[in-house]
Amino acid sequence: MTALPYFYPGARLFAAPIDLNGAGRYVHWGVVQLSVANLVIIGLMLVVFMAALLLPFPRGRGRR
Amino acid sequence: MSRRPRKTAVPDPAAFPTRSYDLVKEFTIALVVVVLLTVGLAAVFSSPDVKPVTLASWSRADGADFTATAVSELGGTSGTAGYGPPYNHTPGAAQKLGPVGLQSAAGVRIPVDTTNDFVLRPLRDAPEPPAVTAALATWAAAPAARQQAWTRAYSDALAKAGRGAPAKGDYGPVPVLASRLLGLARSGALDGELQAEGRFYQTDYTRPLLFLSDGSYLESLARAEHLGGDQWGMMNETGNFPGQAWLWLYTFWYQIDPFKSSGNADALIWGLMALLSLCLMLAPFIPGVRSVPRWTRVHRLIWRTYYRDQAMERDRRVSGR
Amino acid sequence: MSGMGGAGGGWTGAVRRRVVRALPPEKLLPDTQPAYMASWIYVFGVLTVAALIVVLLTGGVLALKGPAWWHVSGAGKYVNGLHLWSVELFMFFMVIHLWGKFFMAAWRGRRALTWVTGAVCFFTSIGAAFTGYLVQQNFDSQWIAGQAKDGLNSVGIGAFFNVLDFGQMLMWHIVLLPLVLGLLAIWHILLVRWRGIVPPIDAATIDPADATTREAAR
Repeated sequence: MTALPYFYPGARLFAAPIDLNGAGRYVHWGVVQLSVANLVIIGLMLVVFMAALLLPFPRGRGRR
Repeated sequence: MSRRPRKTAVPDPAAFPTRSYDLVKEFTIALVVVVLLTVGLAAVFSSPDVKPVTLASWSRADGADFTATAVSELGGTSGTAGYGPPYNHTPGAAQKLGPVGLQSAAGVRIPVDTTNDFVLRPLRDAPEPPAVTAALATWAAAPAARQQAWTRAYSDALAKAGRGAPAKGDYGPVPVLASRLLGLARSGALDGELQAEGRFYQTDYTRPLLFLSDGSYLESLARAEHLGGDQWGMMNETGNFPGQAWLWLYTFWYQIDPFKSSGNADALIWGLMALLSLCLMLAPFIPGVRSVPRWTRVHRLIWRTYYRDQAMERDRRVSGR
Repeated sequence: MSGMGGAGGGWTGAVRRRVVRALPPEKLLPDTQPAYMASWIYVFGVLTVAALIVVLLTGGVLALKGPAWWHVSGAGKYVNGLHLWSVELFMFFMVIHLWGKFFMAAWRGRRALTWVTGAVCFFTSIGAAFTGYLVQQNFDSQWIAGQAKDGLNSVGIGAFFNVLDFGQMLMWHIVLLPLVLGLLAIWHILLVRWRGIVPPIDAATIDPADATTREAAR
């Protein structure tokens, strides 16, 4: 499977430095089959969620 | 003390101490962050765009698969021909959700007659060489049983021959019709014929997509990209791009029994997901589910400053009394 | 003609009074928040809104040039990349927002409708993303349409919502679903402002009248 060839205007200018086309990488774990890309995204979501819970939030000026 | 705590309303946020909080500044920062992330991710990774398959590219890449599919469309034995609603009336083909047959109830609203729509009409619409005219006449004059015997025999012969030439047999006009359709497809003419159907503007790709889906070529390409239904394909994307990861639960059910071996898998999983979606939506009203936040105590972490201040306040009161 | 409560202005006046009573300016755009609103988890709602705006704007740029542009232009491909990645960010932030609100039991205190509209926003977004994949006009769209039709046909929806019909799906993707999602999101945000930020589970307020601590939200 190939991506569209780069023949249109601006193709070279806007070409991505990291090419995600080509054979996809997958992890298999029992019945689970997951692309590395999705795994990274899901992992990042969990990390960001945990960070949001754990990192101290700057305390603003109190009022009342 | 056995006095149950009064089931009071949650206190009004206005009754709590406040602190200054600039919502507009927060929104502006959020927007800038998202814009920068988007601009950066798009610049670094771009987006996937794998060329579509056309009837022309399919018939050129895998003529045997195209011909076998065309014969099954002609003989009414393809996936689409026996699909049932909404494309045609095929007894027993519709899926059911327990006793409920929503597929049948919706009726045949997008009628597709594969014999005529996919094979005979495109052949008639194109310039007809004399052999094709004669073959079309022979087909039209034959009774349905005869037509089916020809297509069945030719389908079997094609399957046996693989990519080679099929053995000789009584296939009537079928080989001529199939070969002409293959020629039209390879020339690119069939793509236009299936789409335009006598019109000029066209935005509905139902027929060419159904024809493509009946072959095994499209599926073989999809499986190579891990897009098959039993490969968690719904959440995958071509290449190494992230896909619709939020469909993880929907695609999960297709990997396990009883769904993966059920003829009603689509209806069952749709019904299950509708139910689970309703549960998510109505979580505040479902006993047990609505108490999970209290049990998990993640909230103690989120509001740890508040709870700590409360505890200190309590201690101060107790010692001051 | 005078409106209810003796105030004039007819229907218009009545609506204005009702709106102002429910959402006075200082409640709609307050410059303070309850002190318990002190966690990074609170920023995921506004990040989701910001991402939705970027999704709508980048989709708007794609609409300016038409659905085929991004296949034949480097700039178009880049804008399509912006649209894709803003959607990935939108879903990313929305799901974290959903997790956060679930663990806060943020539906407490007459906030169930806020939760429900949020959940419907989530489902509408899945539909909007799905129709987006269908109108890419590439191999992905062909395969997704061929697969999705079976699920939708099996419950009768496919007879009316034909994923193989590019024109119908494009209209859903660029008109109907963004409109519904936009309206739902506005409703959801107004509900948040109307009810205020949900207090912590088992929060007690100091009642200034008798200075006793009151347990709530049991």
